[in-house]
Amino acid sequence: MNVTKIGKRIKIPYKRNIPYKRNIRNISKKILLNYELYLFVLPALLTIIIFNYVPMYGIQIAFKDFIATKGIIGSPWVGFKHFNRFFNSYYFTNILTNTLRISIYSMVVAFPVPIILALLLNEVKNQHYKKFIQTVTYAPHFISMVVMASMIISFLSPSMGIVNHLIKAMGFEPIPFMEKANLFPTIYVFSGIWQNAGWNSVMYFAALSTIDPQLYEAGRVDGCTTVQKIWYIDLPGIIPMIVILLILNCGNILSVGFEKVYLLQNNLNIETSEVISTYVYKVGLQKAEYSFSTAVGLFNSVVNFILLVTVNSIAKKLGQSSLW
Amino acid sequence: MIKENIQDKIFNIVNLVILTIVLIITLYPLYFVAIASFSDPVMVNSGQVILWPKGINFKGYARVFANKEIWSGYRNTVFYTTLGTMINLMFTMPAAYALSRRDMIGRNFIMTLFTITMFFNGGLIPTYLVVKNLGLTNTFWALLLPSAVSTYNLIVSRTYMQNNIPVELQEAAIIDGSSNTRMLFTIVLPLSKPIIAVMALFYGVGHWNQYFSALIYITDKNLKPLQLILRNILLQNEYMASSVSSDSVETMAEQAKLAESIKYCTIIVASLPVLIVYPFIQKYFTKGIMLGAIRG
Repeated sequence: MNVTKIGKRIKIPYKRNIPYKRNIRNISKKILLNYELYLFVLPALLTIIIFNYVPMYGIQIAFKDFIATKGIIGSPWVGFKHFNRFFNSYYFTNILTNTLRISIYSMVVAFPVPIILALLLNEVKNQHYKKFIQTVTYAPHFISMVVMASMIISFLSPSMGIVNHLIKAMGFEPIPFMEKANLFPTIYVFSGIWQNAGWNSVMYFAALSTIDPQLYEAGRVDGCTTVQKIWYIDLPGIIPMIVILLILNCGNILSVGFEKVYLLQNNLNIETSEVISTYVYKVGLQKAEYSFSTAVGLFNSVVNFILLVTVNSIAKKLGQSSLW
Repeated sequence: MIKENIQDKIFNIVNLVILTIVLIITLYPLYFVAIASFSDPVMVNSGQVILWPKGINFKGYARVFANKEIWSGYRNTVFYTTLGTMINLMFTMPAAYALSRRDMIGRNFIMTLFTITMFFNGGLIPTYLVVKNLGLTNTFWALLLPSAVSTYNLIVSRTYMQNNIPVELQEAAIIDGSSNTRMLFTIVLPLSKPIIAVMALFYGVGHWNQYFSALIYITDKNLKPLQLILRNILLQNEYMASSVSSDSVETMAEQAKLAESIKYCTIIVASLPVLIVYPFIQKYFTKGIMLGAIRG
């Protein structure tokens, strides 16, 4: 997340000896003077070059028929063959719909929850209780996906799960949640809210803490109620943060995380639970169709990137905060 | 304070009620797993265990701890988490400091290189091929090196240092003839304790919960981390009811009963370390990420 562009950049006049005419001797002298700084960056830089930039070079196998013995460069070019195969395959619409369904569902339902949580929690007068709620609601974020998935499956089990005991106690028939394909997105989204709403509210708390206290002062003098304060001061104050996070969300619309979906999938819900990331994994690593899988992955990244740029420029046009 | 009017009073009460419900909804599943792990599995499965444990026994835990795979997974994960977090911090903190220096030439270019990786990457297969070609698959390095730096964490740390380490202090150190390295260790890192703690938690939890990397890079049984073994155990349990392992003297029914209990015990065993460490570091959150993230 690019959070550095939020707010004002403070100019620090640190070692202001950068000359207006930068000549090469001066620059190299300066680099030499601070050579240690470059050594500090080196390990991190090498890591991203090797594990992020070199793979980007490997993306070309999406346009080739990758043959392991010939390597990335030696494999023959095939143009858009793999992309055509994907777009024409029986799975394409299904996977795309599933991915979009889950991410749009969570954007509509899950995205506002941390905002509301932060706004409400901000009004709690008792600081200890506030802290306690924060500590508790952040906690599920740190539970592993494996554990999370198994909790979901256990709780929703038709014969033994606590949720169905509750349903039975209310006099209804137990629901075999995990076996119903149409319930998968709901299970995914609501368990996601349970796990992450608290944690995601951190950013909004941060934004709330930067609101000018004078505004509250003025509000109090004008006798505005708590609800009015939230509506007219708090909410507008955190709109920039909301917009930034919304843009980032839109940029990830095709990236429904692999782990959770994969861990919750079964043969009965696969119809709605197969998303791009799980498909890439299955085709790519389980069936070893490297080129085809890379093509699917690239399609995913490109769409995400286009969406990110589009939404960002719309936000800019509307005069809202933007990523760049 | 101007005294509250009735509208505000109602709001506060409703607000507290809502938040208390949120609190209960968040806590209860965790609490249920905890009490279910040492209750009689029959009572758990029939829905009798709701508010407090019933038929307390530790058979599930006994079975979990008797499992050799769990121990090996635990050992591996503790090792990956310790070494991995150390590498993460050693790579991230000096880089964050260097990039927080406004007099570093080429800083914006390097920063752009990092930022791009947040929005675009090679994807699963090309990354897999790089790791494989480097001969890292089936070694623990495959779990540590590709994730040695998280750009997000780097940016947050950098912002924190930019805003919290007085420039005057750094200037004074330089005038006193301190090298950048000495400054890093004697001034910058000690002043960055809150953010180091938060980063250690983020990275540490990441390693502890690591599942996907291990799934694709590790096939050697002896190298598998806890989460992978956990998944196998949890999956096995689904089928335990229909099969009896040969080395067990227990009857089928007994096995099936224990299966669910083992599940809850495994969850507790795997999550407890994280949930114990987390509250201690949580106090740094406001100081660390909130300041690091918001003031750019």
